[in-house]
Amino acid sequence: MATSSIMLVDDEVPFVETMAKRLDKRGLKIIAAHSGDEALTLLDREGSVDVIILDVKMPGRDGIETLREIKKRHPLKEVIMLTGHATVETAIEGMKLGAFDYLMKPCDIDTLITKVKEAVRKKHSHDEKIEKARIDKLILNRGYD
Amino acid sequence: MTNGKQKNYYQSLSRNMIVSVITVSFAPMLLVIFILLHQFSTAYHEKTYAHLTELVQKHKQQIDTFLNEKLANIRFLAITRTYETLNDNDFLEKKLFYLREDYGNVFVDLGIVDGKGDQVAYAGPHGLANVNYAGADWFKNAWDSDTYISDVFLGFRGTPHFIITVKHKDDERPFLIRATIDFMAFNSLVQNLRIGKTGYAFILNRDGKFQTQPTAGITIEPSEYMFFWEEVEKAHNNILITRLADDTDMDNLYAVGSLKNGDWLLIVKQQSADAFSDLKRMRIISLIIFLFGGAAIVFMAIYISQRMVRRIRRADIAKEGMNQQIIETGKMASIGELAAGIAHEINNPVAIMVEEAGWIGDLLEEEDLAGSANLKEFKRALAQINTQGKRCKEITHKLLSFARKTDSTTKDVQINDLVVEIVNLSRQMAKYNKVVIETDLQKDLPYIMISPSEMQQVLLNLINNALDAMEKTGGVIRISTKVSEIKPGHIVIVVEDTGPGIPEANLPRIFDPFFTTKPVGKGTGLGLSICYGIINKMGGKIDVQSAVEKGARFRIWVPFQQQ
Repeated sequence: MATSSIMLVDDEVPFVETMAKRLDKRGLKIIAAHSGDEALTLLDREGSVDVIILDVKMPGRDGIETLREIKKRHPLKEVIMLTGHATVETAIEGMKLGAFDYLMKPCDIDTLITKVKEAVRKKHSHDEKIEKARIDKLILNRGYD
Repeated sequence: MTNGKQKNYYQSLSRNMIVSVITVSFAPMLLVIFILLHQFSTAYHEKTYAHLTELVQKHKQQIDTFLNEKLANIRFLAITRTYETLNDNDFLEKKLFYLREDYGNVFVDLGIVDGKGDQVAYAGPHGLANVNYAGADWFKNAWDSDTYISDVFLGFRGTPHFIITVKHKDDERPFLIRATIDFMAFNSLVQNLRIGKTGYAFILNRDGKFQTQPTAGITIEPSEYMFFWEEVEKAHNNILITRLADDTDMDNLYAVGSLKNGDWLLIVKQQSADAFSDLKRMRIISLIIFLFGGAAIVFMAIYISQRMVRRIRRADIAKEGMNQQIIETGKMASIGELAAGIAHEINNPVAIMVEEAGWIGDLLEEEDLAGSANLKEFKRALAQINTQGKRCKEITHKLLSFARKTDSTTKDVQINDLVVEIVNLSRQMAKYNKVVIETDLQKDLPYIMISPSEMQQVLLNLINNALDAMEKTGGVIRISTKVSEIKPGHIVIVVEDTGPGIPEANLPRIFDPFFTTKPVGKGTGLGLSICYGIINKMGGKIDVQSAVEKGARFRIWVPFQQQ
């Protein structure tokens, strides 16, 4: 759990910076990105990201687009949508696309932490299941050797 | 003030319409009446004058013929008989008898007068034989001319009569044959001439004396008519038609013609009023028509214009109401957009501010600051920033729900179920405020096609407002539903409370966004405008009736599909 890292994507630079600091202080490793494209590039490079906190409304590639792309390239990564109220519907729309949950701005840090932890747990349990399946498969294969 | 101005406007509109209608109607009517009257009057005058002219002419001829005929009778005697034959009473008697037989009692007597004026022979009822006429006025004139017709005079017998004479030019002893013409017979020629009610005729001689018996009861000073002599000679056809006022100021119409080679005047006199009575009647009828028509026109002009102005006024009011509604709707729409924009734009900075405050809070947890004397104050300030941030969040949240409805999917809803649900939800809170919620729901209401969550929001807003209003005093909230009697095809939901009411000045603004009377921090002023927007979108209407200390009464009409 200590190794899990979080990616924070929002076009509001001060928000990302402060949030990063606060989350960092709570023991989470934060990778910041300020646009959808930047997030995708970073994700491709950085394998250790477990959860992505993704703002819905961004200039350029918006949250939904980015989410779709992330799910395509990294289907196992959990995404929490971050939204102003105006875009709650879009956030819910995002959940249909496979996002873990959504949060409303301004968000309570504790709520955020809880949600992130849940998402990380889910991600890890998925990872473990996959790992187990692989091992089982490996053992099974070995058995036939 | 505006009201007064408007009233003025409608009054002047009405006045203008009345004036133009009256002018347009009266002008042709007056023109027609005056032209026709004038034409008629001219024609009538001409007709009357022509009639009089003809009348006088006819009678002039008649009288002249009468006189000439009588003269001819006597002349025949003079030509065919000698003095010897005529100078015989028996013969004269016989002649007189024949004449009377032929011409009625026109001839009164016959006489033979010699050059000295002695009546040598006489036949007649008056026994005037041997009378001497040498002193009589007529004798000289008669002797000087071949034939002579005298004026009317009294003579020896003392009754009005006139005589005709023919001079026999016997070489040795010329003589006159004299015949007396019965005055009454002659008089009847003229006296029977009656026109209208007041028209009568008379004859004057050159001395201004009556030659006929003037009609009884009418006094005439013959001398007044003396100037007719000159006028008649100048007049066309020797007949003069003129109008004169007599001494009683009565306007009279005179038709005058000369008789007996200009010795006499035949005058027909009629009161103008009588002669032109038809004209006068016509004028009166016209006046009556004009008055009644005019009254009718004025009445109709006033009635119609006032009706039209009333209608225009009603249309104006309706239009104004519609304009108001359009403005209201437009205002709501633009405020909705604005609100959404503001909410979104404010959310991010607020989020950052709250985060920064949180970050400072995090930093304060660090030990090296724990000893600071102001730590408690820092924490309080941060908590305050957090609280206010949440308030901002709440406002933006409400703004957004004002701008766009959260769940706007519509379905068939039984409004009573919705009301019961909301009332149950609010009851606990109401109890806390010492408020009782009563319901009066009409059963079997038709279903309405609305979004239930929106309707719930509306009802909740209204109930919350009522609860807030009665926070200190407590009271009753009454919610009733029924099929509207005022607006067919609508269900009406009434939410009324027994609270302090709304001041009249606030009533027009109550649905305006951000209008609130609640203390700062308590209300956003969006509740009722959200209700307004929602109800408007449903195609319904919401209004409020209230007065200070009378409570408030909100009515919501929602249309239902009629089966």
